[in-house]
Parts: sequence; C-alpha cells; structure tokens
Amino acid sequence: MTAPVLSIKGLTKAYPGVVANSDVSFEVMEGEVHALLGENGAGKSTLVKMIYGLVKPDHGSMTFQGKAYAPAEPRAARAAGVAMVFQHFSLFDALNVAENIALGMEHPPRLADLAGRIREVSETYGLPLDPFRTVGDLSAGERQRVEIIRCLLQDPRLLIMDEPTSVLTPQEVEILFQTLRKLTAEGVAILYISHKLEEIRTLCDTATILRLGKKVATCTPADTTARALAEMMVGTVLHTPERSGRALGDVALELSGLSIRSPSAFGCSLKQISLAVRQGEVLGLGGVAGNGQDELLGALSGELRSGPDMVRMHGKAIGMLGPMERRRIGLLCAPEERLGHAAAPDMSLTENAMLTGSLREGLERRGFLDWGRARGFAEAIIARFDVRTPGPGNAARSLSGGNLQKFVIGREVMQRPEVLVVNQPTWGVDASAAAAIRQALLDLAAGGTAVVVISQDLDELMEIADRFGALNEGRLSRIRPTSELNIEEIGLMMGGAHDMEVAHV
Amino acid sequence: MLKLEKRPQPSKAWVWLAPVVAVIATMIAGGALFALLGKDPLVAIRTIFWDPLFSEFAFFYRPQLLVKGAPLVLIAIGLSLGFRAGIWNIGAEGQYIVGALCGAGVGLAFYPMEGWFIFPLMVMAGALGGWAWAMIPAVLKVKFGTNEILVSLMLVYVAEQLLASMALGLMKNPEGFGFPGSRNLQQYPSAHNAELIAGSGMHWGVVAAMVAVIFAYVLMTRHILGFHIRLTGEAPRAARFAGVNPARLILVCLGMAGALAGMAGMFEVSGPAGRVSIDFNVGYGFTAIIVAFLGRLHPLGILLAGLLMALTYIGGEIAQSRLGLPAAAIQMFQGMLLFFLLAVDVMTNYRLRLTWREVA
Repeated sequence: MTAPVLSIKGLTKAYPGVVANSDVSFEVMEGEVHALLGENGAGKSTLVKMIYGLVKPDHGSMTFQGKAYAPAEPRAARAAGVAMVFQHFSLFDALNVAENIALGMEHPPRLADLAGRIREVSETYGLPLDPFRTVGDLSAGERQRVEIIRCLLQDPRLLIMDEPTSVLTPQEVEILFQTLRKLTAEGVAILYISHKLEEIRTLCDTATILRLGKKVATCTPADTTARALAEMMVGTVLHTPERSGRALGDVALELSGLSIRSPSAFGCSLKQISLAVRQGEVLGLGGVAGNGQDELLGALSGELRSGPDMVRMHGKAIGMLGPMERRRIGLLCAPEERLGHAAAPDMSLTENAMLTGSLREGLERRGFLDWGRARGFAEAIIARFDVRTPGPGNAARSLSGGNLQKFVIGREVMQRPEVLVVNQPTWGVDASAAAAIRQALLDLAAGGTAVVVISQDLDELMEIADRFGALNEGRLSRIRPTSELNIEEIGLMMGGAHDMEVAHV
Repeated sequence: MLKLEKRPQPSKAWVWLAPVVAVIATMIAGGALFALLGKDPLVAIRTIFWDPLFSEFAFFYRPQLLVKGAPLVLIAIGLSLGFRAGIWNIGAEGQYIVGALCGAGVGLAFYPMEGWFIFPLMVMAGALGGWAWAMIPAVLKVKFGTNEILVSLMLVYVAEQLLASMALGLMKNPEGFGFPGSRNLQQYPSAHNAELIAGSGMHWGVVAAMVAVIFAYVLMTRHILGFHIRLTGEAPRAARFAGVNPARLILVCLGMAGALAGMAGMFEVSGPAGRVSIDFNVGYGFTAIIVAFLGRLHPLGILLAGLLMALTYIGGEIAQSRLGLPAAAIQMFQGMLLFFLLAVDVMTNYRLRLTWREVA
C-alpha cells in the first residue's frame, strides 16, 4: 500500500459557461479507499468521467500504475484496469443476472461458464447472488451486487463507486463494506463518491474534497468530524434546522388498510398500509427505493385511486378523488422525480408554477388562465426559496437539480397545504439547500400542517421526523417515535421480516 | 468536424426560423429536381410561388387560395390539438370523407325542400359525422389501448369504400342517367355553400377556418384545457400529477379533430366540389398533417402554412398545365417540405458547432 495506482495532475475541463474542474491533482494509493467529496455541481462526476474515459480533459495528465493514461473511451479504461459502478444501474429487468453480465462483456463466454465464474466471485467476496435469477425480481442491494460482480470479473486495479449506498439498508451497507475491505486487502484501490459523511469516516482512508471544480483539501476522514467535512464542502458554516416544540392537533390524514396494485410491471404494490398524521406532526417514512414509495405518493396525490375509505382527510373519505380535488381540500404533494413528474422539463417556471398552483393560488378563473399572476407566483417562489435562475421565463430543465428541487418544494409549501407529502425532498440537493428545505418543512409543521416525508436519507428523517415508519415490499412497519430509535433498529424496520433473507441468500 | 450540442433550452428563434429555412431548402432541392426533369428551375419555382399571386391571371387564382387553404387550415387546427398532446390522428382524411357524407346526406334528404335551417343542419351533421368517425380510434385506444395511428389510418380506407358505395348506391343522383355521383348541391340553394362575396373565394368554410384559428389560439394560450394538452405532450407523467385525465384528453382531442375535419369535408362537398363522387377526396386530410407541422402546431403558424400549401397546390396545377411537370413532382415537392422541416427542426434543440480535432 505504497505506490500510487492513479495519480492526477492539473486536470481541467470546461463546458460552455461553466468550469467543471479546474487544476485538480491528487493520488489514489494501492489498497486504499479514497473518498471524493463535494456538493452537487462541485465537479465530482466530471472528474470521474475523465478517469473512466467518458470525457476528455482540456488540460492535465493522468498516470495509471506508473504509465501515462489517457483513455479515449470507457473500453480503453476497462482494458487498463479501471472499473466503475454507476449510481443508476444499467440492467435489463427482463433478463437474468448472467445474461445481463454477458451483455456488458466484449467476448462473453458460454452462459454456463459465466455462471460458474459469477458464483466463484460472489463467494470469494461475500456477495451472495444466483446467476439465474431475473433482475426484475432483485432488490436494489442485489442489483448493485450484479454491477459490482460485473466489474470484479474484469479484475480491476481501480474500482470507482458512485454513491453506492444510497439504495441500501444499513445491514446491506455493512455487507458492502466488508466486500470493499476484502478488495483493498488484495491491493485494489477504490475511489468512493458519497454524500454520507459518517459512512466516509468509517470506511475511507483518505478524502479529497472538491468545491466549485477546485480541490480544497485532502484529509484523513477518521481524524475529523462529519460537520467539519460538510463545512469544507460548502465553504461556510452550516446551520442545523431548528425544531420548536409543537402542539399536535387533530388527525389530518389517515390511511386505513390502503392496498393498491402498482401500475407498472416491476413496481411494488401497496399492501394494507395504515397510518395517521396529526396537524403539526412530521411523519418520516424510510425504506429502500422501490419498496412502494412512488406508489404511496401516487395514492396520496390522487394519481392512483383507491377505495374511498382507504384515504381520509379530516375524517372525510377521499380515496376516489383525483389530484385537482385533493389540492382543493389542501392535500398537496411533491413527487421524487423532478423532471417529468413534478415539473415539465421544457416548460418555463411560470408554466410549472401553474402546473399545481392554478387552483389554490387563483391563477385560473372558470377555465381561463391568468399568466400574469402565475408569473408573480413563480417569482415569489424563486425569491423565498432562493432559486438560482435568471427568471421565471426559463425552462425547468435549465435549472440545476438542487435549484429545481427548491422550486418544486417551494411551490407546494407556498400554497399553504393542510397536509403535505414529499418524496425524497433533498435527493441530489447540496447541503445548504437541503437545510433550507428541511427548515421549510419544519416551519410548515410548526404552523399546523401535517407533513409526511418519504426519504431514503435516514439522517434526514432522524433530524426532522417526530415518528418513523419504514416501507418494505409495499408494507409499512409499525410507526414509532423517532426519539426512541437507533440506527440498528431502523435497519431492521427497513428490512422488514425478510431482512435476513436479503443478507444470506 | 461538425458536432451537435444540446441547447439548455429550446431556441425561440429557431422555432420560427425552421419553417422559413425549410421552405428555402425545398425551393433549392425542388429546383434541382425540376432541372433534372429538363425544366428551367427558376421558371418552375416562379410558376409555383409567384404566378398564382402576381401574374396577369392572378385574379383567377387568388380566390383559389382561400378555397384550397380553408379545408387545410380547418383540419390542421384540429390535428394540432392532438399532436400537441402526443395523440397522433393520421386519419383526418377519413373523418373528412365521413363528415362530407353526413353533411351531404342531410342536404339530400331534404331535397327539394327549401329552408334556411337546412344548411346549419348540414354543418352540424358534418361535424358530428367526423366526430363519430374519430371516436372509433379514440374509444378503442381508451378501452383497449390500441394504437390510434394505425386505427385512424385504416379507417381512411374504410371511409373511401363507404364513399364509393354511397356515390354508386344510396346517394346516387336518380336523375343522373346512371352516372355515379350524387345530385349537385350547387344547384340546390338551401344546401349550397356559396361564395359569400362573388369572386372572392370566400365561403362559409373560410369563415369557419378563421373562427377555428382564433378559437384554437385562445384555447392553447389562455385556457386550462390547452395548458393540459401541452403538458400532456411535453411530460405525460407531470400532466397526470397536475390532474389531467388522459382518457378524457384523448376523447376530447380526437373528437375536436374529427369534428373540424368533418366540417371541412361538409363545406367542400356542398361548395367547391358540389357533389358526392367516388374521387371526391383529394388528400386534404393528409396534406393537413404537413400544414400542422409546418405551422409549428401553432394556430397562426397553421394559418400561414395552410395558405402556403394552398399556393403549392395551385402553382402545381399551373406548372402541370403550362410546363408539363408531372403531378407526382408536385406531390414530391410538398413531401420535401415536411422532410426538410423535420430535419431543420433539430436546430431548435441542438446547436451546430464547428470543432477542430479534440485535444486528447
């Protein structure tokens, strides 16, 4: 663990209007886990794309295992010994594990031989996986194992992992860490990108921190605090959302025995979900992605209809109402997918303000639209939530993820909801924007709104939720006060009754 | 090396520049085509685009501009509503035929009675006929998830057979000496869609087209239904989140398109065409698809595109008779227009960059 596997000198890459990386240099040693830290837009992904041959740097050089390294395409990077596990999996649901892996290979062996090698690798590194299972039936953790094994079959010297734990339960994270430690013991270097600072402190040997495309520090994460790391990333002092003591009111939203079939073949149907949220309360719903979160949001927003009595607001049955009627009575939602679901990508912010605000903001009168007021509403959201954009006439897709998220959450918050349901409110949002969004949700609750936060970020839920429940395969665990839970128990709740199965397949 | 680079947002300028560039490119490529056919390209282009408007016989051709443009605009306006929402009604030709049959049927049923109410009844019947024909793909799509492109297109051929059957059977002129075709509605004052101002080409269909343009403009820019139509086309999932009922939108869009196409057919059969005949339809329903796209699916754009398309029809006929250009060359000319438009459209979302070899 002495020689650098990869060393980067003065890498610079500029896109029209923005410098993604400016003069970045660092070294990744043999057998170390090297963290790459930074907010969204700090230039992590551009940097990694340059290492993986997806993007060519404008200036600077790289050395890999002592030789000059300038991959023209990912194939060249793979041939040199660089492998990458992407945050978003590129797997075909309808094919089995071995077929999926064969698809990514240049000269795939016979499937039976490949299956043997998959078994061998999966046993060596403690990643249980049956090569003949259909990918559509796998959990997110298992899908990630497919991607990791796909990489390990190439026998890499450097493994790049982009946000690998965002889809895992705490127990699955532990299994992943054991695998990574086995790999580093064999001398493989790992470049590890994550937002989760505590995780980086336990796993990583070194951390390089990027801010606005420049390297700001290299440090040993175990020697510093998560807060200090975060402040290095942001460049300012962070403020923690405040929770003022709140008096809880009557039950605002109540689900009883809510069951809905998922409209998509690989979705997750909801099974017998019951919960109640009081005015002024924040209910946090955790769980690994794909366990019914989208369906639950759809069932609450009115995109999916249920039996009338399964959803009640202030005691009134509303399960049969559509999205408009639910907005009318004050049940507002913000879905997870910003582009294409919460907002129309090619439409302006004014038009996107109209999208959910037409009714409650009086932007519509007997079917006719008042674009002047819609523009005013969009401007108000931009001003109050500090959305960085030249103006409300700009298309939604021209905004960065975090800014659009602020707009989408702000749009619902400003409509004075009686019940607000948000799915992944701070996913892909930088630390200071995330803090602002969480504060807005807490302020709303303080004003008597019942808030339901669906999130995979457990730290977030622990920070703002009064009570916590977990979704697992479309079922909801028992809901318990956040204050009496620790991370271990939450992991068990997220895994549901089948958690051990997932771990030992 | 040329490279396409995605724009952060669609270019406003190119949205309107693209049709102009497409028209110019069509003139150049069309000119080359005519040159290959042994005609002087400049004369051919002038004959098509200039002579109908400004030659010494223009007084004869100008009214034709309205006569040919009105059905195109009327149909294209209806189609554009669906196209904006991602609902692809390719069968306007069939809805046009059925509308004409229903409108003419009502007129013929009253023959020889006179009354002011007959023509309005015919208009309603025409709209209803087109609407009903469009409801077939709409209901099949909503109920069984069939593809509206295929169903509406196939129904065009059904409608053509229906037209032939009517011209040869039920609607055949009993005093027509056995020739196919119905009575001439131009000779039946209560049913005749006559020129409102003699020699202007202005008939009730032109009025309807203008009203449709204004109606569609207000709908798309000021009304929630228009907003929902655009939203559905741009982001179907966001539209459902906003509260749009997709099934209802399919019924509304296809229904409006059908009703407008049906009305266009009715105005044509009771006016310029005069009677139901085997070859009564001349492809307005298909050409209107080009008009809709050439006009950027925007009501005012469609108005201009409809007039331009009418111009190529008239100019094409002049070129056929005077220069001996084959009819197919004119159709190809119109096809080129759509081809170039779709090609140039790339510029709306992408910009072209000239790059030298990249530094490794």
